Amino acid sequence: MATTTTTVPSAGPVAGSRSFLSRLRDGDEIARIITFLFAASVVLVTLLLVFELWQGSVLPRHKFGFNFFRTSVWDPIFDQFGALPFIYGTLVTSAVSLLIAVPLGIGAAIFLAELAPARVSDTLEFFIDLLAAVPSVIYGLLGVFIVVPLMRQYIQPALKSSLGFLPLFQGPAYGIGFLTAGIVLAIMIIPYIISVSREVLLSVPRDQREAALGLGSTRWESTWKVVVPFARSGIFGSIFLALARALGETMAVTMVIGNTPLISASLFSPGYSIAAVIANELAEASSNLQYQSLIELGLVLFLLTFVLNGLARILIVATSQKGSGMGNA
Amino acid sequence: MKRIIGTCLVALVLAGVLLADSALTITGAGATFPYPMYSKWFDEYHKKNSNLSINYQSIGSGGGIKQVTEGTVDFGASDAIMNEEQLKAFQDKHGFGVLHFPTVLGADVPTYNIPGVDAELNFTQEAIAGIFLGKITKWNDPAIAGPNKGVNLPANDIVVVHRSEGSGTTYIWTDYLSKISEEWKTKVGKGASVNWPVGLGGKGNEGVTGVIKQTPNSFGYVELIYAIQNKMPYGRVKNSSGAFIKADLASVTAAAAGAAKNMPDDFRVSITDAPGKTAYPISSFTWLLVPAKFSDAAKRDAIKGFVKWMLADGQNYTEALSYAKLPKEVVAKELKALNNVQ
Repeated sequence: MATTTTTVPSAGPVAGSRSFLSRLRDGDEIARIITFLFAASVVLVTLLLVFELWQGSVLPRHKFGFNFFRTSVWDPIFDQFGALPFIYGTLVTSAVSLLIAVPLGIGAAIFLAELAPARVSDTLEFFIDLLAAVPSVIYGLLGVFIVVPLMRQYIQPALKSSLGFLPLFQGPAYGIGFLTAGIVLAIMIIPYIISVSREVLLSVPRDQREAALGLGSTRWESTWKVVVPFARSGIFGSIFLALARALGETMAVTMVIGNTPLISASLFSPGYSIAAVIANELAEASSNLQYQSLIELGLVLFLLTFVLNGLARILIVATSQKGSGMGNA
Repeated sequence: MKRIIGTCLVALVLAGVLLADSALTITGAGATFPYPMYSKWFDEYHKKNSNLSINYQSIGSGGGIKQVTEGTVDFGASDAIMNEEQLKAFQDKHGFGVLHFPTVLGADVPTYNIPGVDAELNFTQEAIAGIFLGKITKWNDPAIAGPNKGVNLPANDIVVVHRSEGSGTTYIWTDYLSKISEEWKTKVGKGASVNWPVGLGGKGNEGVTGVIKQTPNSFGYVELIYAIQNKMPYGRVKNSSGAFIKADLASVTAAAAGAAKNMPDDFRVSITDAPGKTAYPISSFTWLLVPAKFSDAAKRDAIKGFVKWMLADGQNYTEALSYAKLPKEVVAKELKALNNVQ
């Protein structure tokens, strides 16, 4: 019934206003306009967000300029604001979390998609989706009551005695800090990686596996050398979704990171993240400069997410081209 | 048909006018620390005056000052006094001033977790300032051990814990530190959030408590009410008369009474390190911020009526909720100052 109208959009200028009216009457044009507006609102909201953050951070941009990114003093009393420790903390905790979550998450996804019986896979998937839906404050509590004492009593002393020669694992073991925040974040983002990667792996065509097996490869060889590379861009997608969550996570991080603007090579050191300081100080910001500096931090976080997402896109495009090239060879 | 719609509309408008007339709503916003007290008061006052309801949002002292200055609420509330700059901003915007009215008192207490020590420790000004400046780093430092004879303090590093988010509790603590230590005053200063020389940040009283309970050899501060309600151990603090005082409702009110003699007419006074033999030195008022002029006479009378009630009957509800009540001298002075609201 829709055959005549669906061809209309490509009809070009000949269609004229009568045709537009008829399309309008049929409802197709209305649907197109409405859905277009919905799609456009996404762009609009993004632009509005940038505009508001830019407008709201005039004072610190004028006062500190580029020094805002280079200095590390955050002093609300003497009106000195530098974003460096917060940027550092955000990046370090996210990096630690990815380092832990990526191998675990992808390993689990491979098991669920390729090796586990369907019933086991579906049951586990249910629990993983459940984990992904747990509010972050719950993970924060888990961090405070379980991860922090474990870190202080067992993990940090163990790391210190075995790998203590590295600057990464030196200094007093408070239990809270970059490493703990990274671990809690890892626990939070693993479900995302597993869930999305599993879907992607499951969508790899059967022929691919059968062809590999037919050429005499083992089950694992077909999984690791054929299925995983085929699903690579989707797996990267899951990692960047997880990274986006780690960068912006507020509640769970502020509960275990120590909330001290420090830049330290040691992962045991307490630190601070952008999202955490905004949540902590915005409500009680005493001066306009402090308030606007926090908004500028918001802008920094936005840009950070934007840049990392851009890099991710480039990485995906670059590796998928390389992958197809290798396939041809 | 049109007539029916018209009648309905008129009825609706009339109903709206009548309802609005019979039930006056006053909005306020600000400090979180006195929120349990305020909500109890507003509730009790509403029971007595059913045509008046007071809607209070505990968004934080800074937010309270901002909102009352912008005129989005009828009154504000704050744990810290408005500074000259903030007063000027209000004056410039409205053409009249804003008045501070103390409502209840609160205090900060030093709390700690030292394995093997369950004695109530005594803290001198030097010890507290030294620990928070990062100059005293061991529990067995003479500045701490001196007034705690007989307590076996370990030679372990002190882990300092403070609030991570901006808060009135931190304002009181840093205000006290600024008074007892010149170095703190010039290097760090007082405020709802400051640039801490040392320490870990915990979010909220519960966050600080959590870190202290879990970290051996830690030292930090929480609100007195929080410490009482959660039965936490806390130390005595040396006051300006040289006595070690344990914070309780009586010693906090005593600090206010000690400061009442020199109370300025605008009530903008800090009572940390207050004079008086029994005064607890880390105490503070919390204030309502009421504009000096109201264009709406009904609102003005309602707010004045509430403040009057709060100063009299309202004070009887304080101790059940662990807030220290205002001393009589301050109440008398506030009743007089209430006439300045026009």
